[in-house]
Amino acid sequence: MCKRFARFALLAALACGWTAVPARAQDQPAADAASRGKYIATLGDCAACHTAPGGKPFAGGLVIETPFGNLVSANITPDPKAGIGGWSDDDFVRAMQRGIADDGTHLYPAMPYPAFTQVTRDDLLALKAYLATIEPVSDAVETNRLPFPFSIRAGMIAWNLLNFTPGEFKPDPAKSDDWNRGAYLVNGLGHCGTCHTPKNAMGGDKSGQNMAGAALQGWYAPPLHNDARTGLGTWSADDIVAYLKTGWGGGQAASGPMALVVADSTSQLSDADLNAMAVYLKDIAAPANAPPAPAPLAQGDPAMQSGLALYVANCAACHTQSGDGTAGIFPALAKSPVVQADNTATLLDVVLNGGHAVATDANPTAPGMPAFGWKLSDDQVAALLTYIRNDWGNAASAVSSGDVQKARTRPTAAN
Amino acid sequence: MRKNSGRPGQSRRQVLGELLAGTAIGLVLSSSSVRARIIAGALPWAPGAGSAPTPVQPGAWQYFTPEEASAVEAIVDRLIPPDPQTPGGKDVGCAVFIDRQLAGPYGSAQGLYMRPPFMDGTAQQGAQSPLTPAQRYRQALAELDKYCRDAYVGKSFAELTDDQKDKVLGALENGPITFEGSSATAFFQQVLTNTREGFFADPVYGGNRDMAAWKMIGFPGARYDYRDWIERHNEPYPLPPVGIVGKPA
Amino acid sequence: MARTLPATDVVIIGLGWTGSILAQELTGAGLNVVAIERGPWRDTSTDFPTTYAQDELRYHIHHDLFLRPAQQTQTFRNNPSQTALPIRTWGSFMPPNGVGGGGVHWNGQTWRFLPSDFQLKTHLTQRYGAKFLPPDMTIQDWGVSYDDLEPYYDKFEYLCGTSGKAGNIKGQKQAGGNPFEGPRSRDYPTPPQKQPYAPTLFAQAATELGYSPFPQPSGNLSQAYTNPYGVKLGPCTFCGFCEWFGCGNYSKASPQTTILPALVRRSNFEARTECEVTRINLDDSGKRATGVTYVDASGEEWEQPAQLVLLCAFQLFNVHLLLLSGIGKPYDPSLGEGVIGRNYSYQVTSGVNAFFDDKNFNPFVASGAIGMVIDDFNGDNFDHGPQGFVGGGYIAAAQTNGRPILGTLTPKGTPKWGAAWKEAVAKNYLSSYSAATHGSCYSYRGAYLDLDPTYTDPLGRKLMRITFDFNQNELKMSQFLTDRLADIVQKMGPRQLEKSPRTGPYDISIYQTTHTCGGAIMGSDPKTSALNRYLQNWDVPNLFVMGASAFPQNAGYNPTGTVGALAYWAADAIINQYLKSPGPLVHV
Repeated sequence: MCKRFARFALLAALACGWTAVPARAQDQPAADAASRGKYIATLGDCAACHTAPGGKPFAGGLVIETPFGNLVSANITPDPKAGIGGWSDDDFVRAMQRGIADDGTHLYPAMPYPAFTQVTRDDLLALKAYLATIEPVSDAVETNRLPFPFSIRAGMIAWNLLNFTPGEFKPDPAKSDDWNRGAYLVNGLGHCGTCHTPKNAMGGDKSGQNMAGAALQGWYAPPLHNDARTGLGTWSADDIVAYLKTGWGGGQAASGPMALVVADSTSQLSDADLNAMAVYLKDIAAPANAPPAPAPLAQGDPAMQSGLALYVANCAACHTQSGDGTAGIFPALAKSPVVQADNTATLLDVVLNGGHAVATDANPTAPGMPAFGWKLSDDQVAALLTYIRNDWGNAASAVSSGDVQKARTRPTAAN
Repeated sequence: MRKNSGRPGQSRRQVLGELLAGTAIGLVLSSSSVRARIIAGALPWAPGAGSAPTPVQPGAWQYFTPEEASAVEAIVDRLIPPDPQTPGGKDVGCAVFIDRQLAGPYGSAQGLYMRPPFMDGTAQQGAQSPLTPAQRYRQALAELDKYCRDAYVGKSFAELTDDQKDKVLGALENGPITFEGSSATAFFQQVLTNTREGFFADPVYGGNRDMAAWKMIGFPGARYDYRDWIERHNEPYPLPPVGIVGKPA
Repeated sequence: MARTLPATDVVIIGLGWTGSILAQELTGAGLNVVAIERGPWRDTSTDFPTTYAQDELRYHIHHDLFLRPAQQTQTFRNNPSQTALPIRTWGSFMPPNGVGGGGVHWNGQTWRFLPSDFQLKTHLTQRYGAKFLPPDMTIQDWGVSYDDLEPYYDKFEYLCGTSGKAGNIKGQKQAGGNPFEGPRSRDYPTPPQKQPYAPTLFAQAATELGYSPFPQPSGNLSQAYTNPYGVKLGPCTFCGFCEWFGCGNYSKASPQTTILPALVRRSNFEARTECEVTRINLDDSGKRATGVTYVDASGEEWEQPAQLVLLCAFQLFNVHLLLLSGIGKPYDPSLGEGVIGRNYSYQVTSGVNAFFDDKNFNPFVASGAIGMVIDDFNGDNFDHGPQGFVGGGYIAAAQTNGRPILGTLTPKGTPKWGAAWKEAVAKNYLSSYSAATHGSCYSYRGAYLDLDPTYTDPLGRKLMRITFDFNQNELKMSQFLTDRLADIVQKMGPRQLEKSPRTGPYDISIYQTTHTCGGAIMGSDPKTSALNRYLQNWDVPNLFVMGASAFPQNAGYNPTGTVGALAYWAADAIINQYLKSPGPLVHV
């Protein structure tokens, strides 16, 4: 499956990708490559990994914890020794599109080249031109801190054969320009699937499940397909644009890991690009063979009764009796994909540990949800979450005390 | 001097990185404290910040000696006696409340201005005593014990009959009982105030057990949303009280 | 030895309401601003969340959000024949501490003063003659008019999303609002709050007596609101944990809920918390502030140079810092000379308790600024000629809380403990009600602030000394207002009513309000005021002093609305006049 596309990817990019995609890129405000590249860096949110907290821009050094050990983000400043100053254009493109460094060694897909492979050469060179304007930092970074045998980079050769389909984005002539631009952004630079596409046992994307939702450590990135209960089905394209631009849309607030994406990347994108992403996302069909929605628990069920009492005492003051919240300040629980998700990791993290919404220029409020873990027992949290998952038209499985107890031992994804 | 404060959200950062295998994604938190002395660029926030109250645990007295505790339990049970509808001060935990308060910052007058010189002033100038609440209780309970044993042939306060206890309390409140070195009236006012606090405070502090005092008057406790009730005039509120910690009743 | 930091354009002392307003306005004008706050950063979801903000013991009784007297307090005496003694624990007032200042834990009662309040001396003299005023009364005109301030009152109300009903829009009276208020340019940004039972009964009774009740203007919002900075507030849920408490659900206007989320995003703003400013520094001429010296939480001393110094530390600490810094001539009451410490005033409140049969008031369904009010006896809204006093106040049926430790009412004569007490508390909790008067407090020669000779703070600095008592004028006023209140409450049909007018001597140990005013007052004459009409210090033109310390006397309203308006007014003067031509803005 992957190989066929990989062989033709380059041709495809030259023949088809070039016309639809860079046309939009050239609509960007600034004409010169470095300015274009800055915007592309924002699209790709490179700084999220390559700029450590309190560190110099793009100097790397951010530790990424994995169950197999640590990786550290690379120094991609133009320093000739410590950074990528000595890389040719081809080196840079090959790294981003193939996951191979200038010396031929393999990158780990913590650097999301399986998504960046879709980015056009033209955009990549603009990005490189922007990175060349960054202040060089001569501190070398040892990126590979994985223990043996994971530290052997050549292991990626096999991984790539099974999980990686190289190739620049190929626009679909049957779709609109907006759709194609959106697809390019979502699947390429935006690398949304890195979090939102479920992974197989090797950590590669599960085939045929693009954007179907994925469990992260202690957080759940919801599906971006259009299931009405668990995905974006009830959202309009405008809701999606508002969410990405302001941090609030469809009654939901960007918080946790997504808050950083909104703050550092999507809130700074053009309205045209946000709209394109929304058009594409709204076209991702809900899975045809998904199990049917559960029937909501009856109001008279003892778990619902006790959950309701807890809700009234603890939650209604912000989220309201009707579960509607207040636009831009308290998320809606009614019809919420986070609330109804099959994977309750995010829901449990937020309730136990609290969280806060992203601050953007459009909405700087950044309200916080307090932590309830110290206040409510496992039984109480279980009843409460079971209740909110099954009132107001919501329907989802019950939450057990055991689920809550396990969640308490997980580190929080709140930031 | 313009500052480069960085982009919002950058001061606390989580990073997601795709892993070799499995579905786990690594998360990294920055080490900045939410109580940042310098705030610039973003509102400081960190999980686990804030200071929820620590529920008082039943168990050994932390300040009172057994004799003092016995006297205080007897006092609170006369200040707020039991009746068929509502337990009294002892049963709801007022003495436990007072004990834990005296063992903590309240007892040591932490945060109050306790610098000398100490002088008596007018009534309008407020309390000027160098005694902390904990010291006042200790001194006063010793004096009270001495008084009772003198006046009631060797009996401690707790051993008196209810009528005798009430008489003694009245005599503390209004005279003629006086203490050496501290004011009997001031002690009475202190213990009355603390008893009421223990009776009506959130149960997290050791008193108001099972929210008995709130149930007595119809106060719903730590609830926070009455929007459905603001225009329901002259109607009784039906829901039971809730505390800061613990089940809704 | 203080280490000197890089200079900034503006240093703001204290990050409460006025500090936040000035910081927002001046960073918006492109200036670099450093705000230095003595207390900690405070944030809704971590410091007063809905999970534990509802704690009467911690916040109301143990003053958890307030300044600790151990860190700073004052000494007090009623008159100079007494030795002032320290306020060892707060009673009459509770000073704020921390980012947000009093804005965190105020009730939200948001008022404008009357037009006549700003020209008080002229107005009362004209109407009643100079002899009608007590001989030692030292009231003054403010140097600004209500009309000057109207656009800034509007700005503050729209910052907060204040909930209310206008009574006078551009001269046109509006039914349902306050007919006595000065003309406003437009209605409030959100509608008035819905009212609980007792205020509606009060309003009915007041109407029957020919008065004009209206809903109290409230900083607890009636509905969700987005202010001009894009910051959003939620609707008040009547939780009954308002004054003394932080609001857990973003529905009480405060710096946290209206300004700080936008302000901190600006790259030209920085806040330093847990740092206490010990002195405003002057150059050798004594006419220019060079910046401030402060002590950080580890005890290290720093000097922060600045072009402009804004003193926004709350009335008490503004005056204290001016005295400690040697800025302005300290007031001497025997000579009647000097300006720092002059014209200290307060607020004169009173109440009526009423006990009903067969009425359930649900007192816990409450918010800080809810209620129905009449203004018929405020200011000079009525003829004082027959009454023998000047001043007045609003009369309010509020409903701020039903918290049980301090809020259970029993009729006079009920024993304070025992079975009878217990029974009376249970019987009367839901069916008793308390209403209040909120009266003006004018200024007198003998009511003033200076430095105490004996007591010091932990940094070794002299405490400020308060010399204050109620004048007969205010006590007569309070009796009058209380009687008028009792007339209305009587019409509500209680079985028993008890009046508690304010009586003297002023008692520092009983809570009344935190509306301490004056001491660094604004005016037209440098001999009798510390500040000109723009709140600019007469002696040191690059020093402006915000807050109720500027009030020459206090009116019959809560101060915060006027404090906010004056801050915006001063900000406007700084940006549009001072920055263009630094120096005195008023020449005499």
